[in-house]
Amino acid sequence: MEHLDKLEAQSIYILREAYANFKNLCMLWSIGKDSTVMLWLARKAFFGHVPFPLVHIDTHYKIPEMIRFRDQIALDWGLTMVIGQNEEALAAGMGPGRGRLTCCTALKTRALKQTLDGTGPRYRIQPDGSYAPDTDREPYTGVIVGARGDEEGSRSKERYFSPRTKENDWQLDDQPPELWNQFKTDFAPGTHIRIHPLLDWSEINIWEYIAREGMPITSLYYDTGSGRRYRSLGCAPCTGDVASTASNPFEIIEELRNTNIAERSGRAQDQEDPHALERLRRDGYM
Amino acid sequence: MPMNLTTFEAPAREQLSLVIVGHVDHGKSTLVGRMLADTGSIDPGRLARVKAICERQGKRFEYAFLLDALEAEQAQGITIDAARCFFHGEQRDYILIDAPGHIEFLKNMISGAARAEAAILLIDAEEGVQENSRRHGYLLSLLGIRQVVVAVNKMDRIGYDQAVFDRVEREYRDFLGQISVTPAAFIPVSALEGGNVVTRSAPMPWYQGPTILQAMERFEKEAEPADQPLRFPVQDVYKFNRAGDARRIIAGRITSGTLRTGDEVVFLPSGKKTRIKTIEAFNADALPGTAQAGQSVGVTMTEQIYASRGDVMCHPDRPLQVSNRLRVNLVWLGRAALRAGQVYKLKLGTFSGLCEVERFIEVIDASALRDSGHEDRVERHEVAEVVLRLRDPIACDLSHEFADTGRFVLVDGYDMAGGGIIREVLSAGEKKGPVRWTSEVGSIDRRLRETRQGHRAVVVALHEDLEGTAESLAAAIEESLWTAGRHVFRLRFEAVDVIQPRPGELNLRTACFGRVAALANAGQVVLATIPFAASVTQQDVLRLPGLESVPCAQVRFRGDRDDALDWVLDPAHGERELHEEVRRRLDPLLALGS
Ligand SMILES: Nc1nc2c(ncn2[C@@H]2O[C@H](COP(=O)(O)OP(=O)(O)OP(=O)(O)O)[C@@H](O)[C@H]2O)c(=O)[nH]1
Ligand SMILES: [Mg+2]
Repeated sequence: MEHLDKLEAQSIYILREAYANFKNLCMLWSIGKDSTVMLWLARKAFFGHVPFPLVHIDTHYKIPEMIRFRDQIALDWGLTMVIGQNEEALAAGMGPGRGRLTCCTALKTRALKQTLDGTGPRYRIQPDGSYAPDTDREPYTGVIVGARGDEEGSRSKERYFSPRTKENDWQLDDQPPELWNQFKTDFAPGTHIRIHPLLDWSEINIWEYIAREGMPITSLYYDTGSGRRYRSLGCAPCTGDVASTASNPFEIIEELRNTNIAERSGRAQDQEDPHALERLRRDGYM
Repeated sequence: MPMNLTTFEAPAREQLSLVIVGHVDHGKSTLVGRMLADTGSIDPGRLARVKAICERQGKRFEYAFLLDALEAEQAQGITIDAARCFFHGEQRDYILIDAPGHIEFLKNMISGAARAEAAILLIDAEEGVQENSRRHGYLLSLLGIRQVVVAVNKMDRIGYDQAVFDRVEREYRDFLGQISVTPAAFIPVSALEGGNVVTRSAPMPWYQGPTILQAMERFEKEAEPADQPLRFPVQDVYKFNRAGDARRIIAGRITSGTLRTGDEVVFLPSGKKTRIKTIEAFNADALPGTAQAGQSVGVTMTEQIYASRGDVMCHPDRPLQVSNRLRVNLVWLGRAALRAGQVYKLKLGTFSGLCEVERFIEVIDASALRDSGHEDRVERHEVAEVVLRLRDPIACDLSHEFADTGRFVLVDGYDMAGGGIIREVLSAGEKKGPVRWTSEVGSIDRRLRETRQGHRAVVVALHEDLEGTAESLAAAIEESLWTAGRHVFRLRFEAVDVIQPRPGELNLRTACFGRVAALANAGQVVLATIPFAASVTQQDVLRLPGLESVPCAQVRFRGDRDDALDWVLDPAHGERELHEEVRRRLDPLLALGS
């Protein structure tokens, strides 16, 4: 078997394990390339269906094209799309002006926690593409996340199935063992499990797969004439684009094979403190 | 999107996963960090940043910091959890797994090593062979990793002395011999200086063998066992009829062999036979005619036989073995010792079932390869040979013949607490599983009660689906039966997973079954909802103890069988329709004389 086929088979296996073991399962979809590949893998795993909701945390500062792409795909593929947002913080004027870490904590980490445990607002997509309050407020006990092991330090230590405490904390210094594709599926009430089907994928693998499958991805990753493109997507104010003329997956692969500059170098929040991201992640950040 | 598929060569770069193991502080992370730096595999910005931080904190720069990314790891200068890092070699790509050496984190070392195909075991030349040098070596063999290279590190600390190197090699070779491991090479290195890692070490002209990088490139990638007998553990059965999809797909990953449309197959342990009708696919022009080891696939069958998660599909001429007694080798990681009389959950492939230790054959301290001195338990970090007895029969293989269907893990409470390999499948013991049930019945027979009340006792188990349809359905049935003058009782199974009764206490699961049985024996129609995540299986319901002549029906919203006692309903139907359908099937069972 070729390497991409192996990665695909393993990810599908993990997705099916998640579906077989969790009653309240959801998949986080950031609209970025990784979680879009993961969504595509889910359609493969379940033969064209996606039998769980897709959750997107809308910080309100996302690039508009991301939202357009999200709703288009959601309708085309018949997804159960669920949106969460920290409306309270936004109403109180939260934004990057208050400091990056403060903003991320409120609009991402907090919003995510509230959406997952059902205490915050959830909006579900309607057949006409609009969103209405979701009647389902049950906490999600299994949360599928598109983290890759090569992204940054603390992620290289992730498990495929990673338990989180009631407070959403990741106990990095005491993770459960995981061997031979046997995952942690037994957990105490109130806790939940994060599931990572993409841990073994590298950034290049993601693009190789997008190219091979001919699958759709938001155009923000491609240069459309300005000589710049995004390599990693986040919120508009804090995500920088990079100089590149790559305008399709093949050119991106070529480019990546000739660089060793880190993927998140365009992300402002990573540069301030070497352990900032680890701390954010321990508290539940994606 | 402009896409030129004809000129795009699919990337065929092979990837090998490699684990670095050995005693604490012997230099594993330094070796990996040095390799990344010396091959230019690291973002120069990142290297500069780590160097600047060390300077600011007044610490000497450590290559290990490139791997030990956690705050706690850098503060203590120790690896806590195994890190994966991607490395591009000349010939192929690698995932390097830097395992921790401290005994406290043995579970993390095992988690890392279980993902690897080959290993580099590091020994500090100055300290020599230590406890975890041996323990890790032993565990590599238990985990089935056969390709091993030994690096003797910190040669700079002993003046690059060949005599010291030779001594370490002799001692460790001797140890590995005892557990039948033959290393591919012994390499003297200085991870700190990078000597014999990527480039040759000038102060060790006496060494002519491969560098670490060269030895890595010589490891062989094991091919998927496509030419072996078929093993297809059933992962799930899908029927997405709510979405208008009528296919009933048996999903799973082929762990060995090749599958073709038209093949006659058998499901074990049940022994049911059928043929493969199609191999399903998504985003493909045509359905494939074959599928092989390594692939995650889905198949449909010519006849709709009953198969469920945990069964293994194979060809009838090369079946798995079926039994409920296994002789195994295992390593224990649980904080509480492995003991006889305790109930554990055994997971093998997609199978999951309860078991207990029938007998301890040998308990070993793997750091010294000597007897542990006790034979009634296995303490944390010890390895042992034991006989396990399962409550229900399992289909499995010997680990040296089929890796995936020959190894298992044990779960204690919520936690995975051990892992092991099957050495021998023993003849099935009398069925005396960990769940024991004794029924106390009075002198008025159930039949008498049924005659007086005018209807039979029936148990209906409703398996909950993702939407919680079962609970509201059960409530509606309870009400309508009650209104119709039936004796009915509704209850809910708690999410009972592996529960360990303390001595003298009933297993909670047994207690749940017991309650259902007692109610049924009192003539009730028992409606029992079973939470989605509970470990109550179809088989449990079919064989509820103490209910030999009471019909036990089950209602499910996912599954492939639909017969007199197993009703698969479409949750897309309205509540009213569902209720009517259940009543339509249930009412005949209530009739006296049915
Ligand atoms: N002199 C010398 N020191 C070394 C060498 N390799 C590693 N060290 C030092 O040994 C110490 C431990 O190195 P690590 O790489 O952290 O050891 P480790 O095996 O990864 O340790 P754990 O992961 O905690 O088990 C560090 O201070 C290194 O600088 C070497 O070749 N020569
Ligand atoms: Mg280390």
